[in-house]
Amino acid sequence: MFKTLFAATILAATMLPASAHDLETDTLKISHPWSRATAPNQQVGAVFMEIQAKTDQGDRLIAASFEGAEKVEIHNHIMDGDVMRMRRIDGVDVPANGTVELAPGGYHVMLLGLKAPLLEETVIPVTLVFERAGSVKIEAIVQAAGARGAMGGSMKHDEMKMDMKDGGTKHGSGHGMSK
Amino acid sequence: MPYKSYIMGMNRKLHIAIVAFVAIVFAAGAWLNLSQDDPPENTAVGGMVVNVDIGGPFTLTDHTGSTFSSEELAGDYALVYFGYTFCPDICPTELGQIAEAIDLMGADGKRVRPVMITIDPERDTPEVLSEYVPLFHERLVGLTGSVAEVREVATNYRVFYKRFDDPSYTYYLMDHTSFVYLLAPTGEIASMFRYGTPPEDIAATIRQHMRSPARG
Repeated sequence: MFKTLFAATILAATMLPASAHDLETDTLKISHPWSRATAPNQQVGAVFMEIQAKTDQGDRLIAASFEGAEKVEIHNHIMDGDVMRMRRIDGVDVPANGTVELAPGGYHVMLLGLKAPLLEETVIPVTLVFERAGSVKIEAIVQAAGARGAMGGSMKHDEMKMDMKDGGTKHGSGHGMSK
Repeated sequence: MPYKSYIMGMNRKLHIAIVAFVAIVFAAGAWLNLSQDDPPENTAVGGMVVNVDIGGPFTLTDHTGSTFSSEELAGDYALVYFGYTFCPDICPTELGQIAEAIDLMGADGKRVRPVMITIDPERDTPEVLSEYVPLFHERLVGLTGSVAEVREVATNYRVFYKRFDDPSYTYYLMDHTSFVYLLAPTGEIASMFRYGTPPEDIAATIRQHMRSPARG
């Protein structure tokens, strides 16, 4: 029982930062922006999120920027039979009164020419540019390199998974990735 | 004869022919059913049928810079993924799935070795891989080699990959198939998993093979 309580507390704690970094404007809501940790010499990263248009007009994400990368683009994945192709696109529509997901395997904000690795459990500031709403600043939480959702790897936050979240990256308590 | 009066308008020969025909159809159906004693594939959730011509031994360079022969995998299972580090989405996802599948298996997972083979050896040198693989699993082995060496292995595994250059890009991307290959302790491919196969299904398929190794 104590283990469950402990795990539940950790789970609750990990959920808090996610909601703290959601961003809402008059017309948009950007939920759970997240990214993945990168290796020291890795040149690219990706940012994912859910974007909701709160009005009848909808919007379109047309650009993004991040100081920690030389260039930021918007990309999509096309599954052509069994071949995965990733392509740059001009923008992503946010449907009126609807949501669009930027998630692994689909749309994502692609960070190119990373100036420093993205470190797990840090937050990166990304500026999104919308056709109607203009510039919107969000904070994306950096998850583990193999994370597949905004909450980290799997949704099973039992003890073993908690170890996986940290153990998988071997960061330990100090981020010993600096060279 | 008793039949004549029973079936109106039908003579005896025709009747016998119909009966014989039905009997043959019935017998054929029974035979077909009985001959399907092989279930279509390696049965487990997630695992796909594998053509025996795929796979084979290979020698590459690992992320420590040492020569790595596929023989070193003999006796263990292996989950092999072909990807590249300049891949911000699909490859981390699949490597994450592999890592989680192994960890889900607990003690049995120690018998499964995660392996990543790069399809982009020009950028993915051993040094680059050595900094990449620890992010996903402490036992993940990264393999690279010359362009020709990688091409040979990829061809044997029927991996499609193609460089995509766009003049307006300052970088290139790789289009590629995204399967995870399960190697049996014999070195043969026991199963394949499509992109996005959940870790639980991968673990279940491996467990199934561990229980009946003759199939692998």
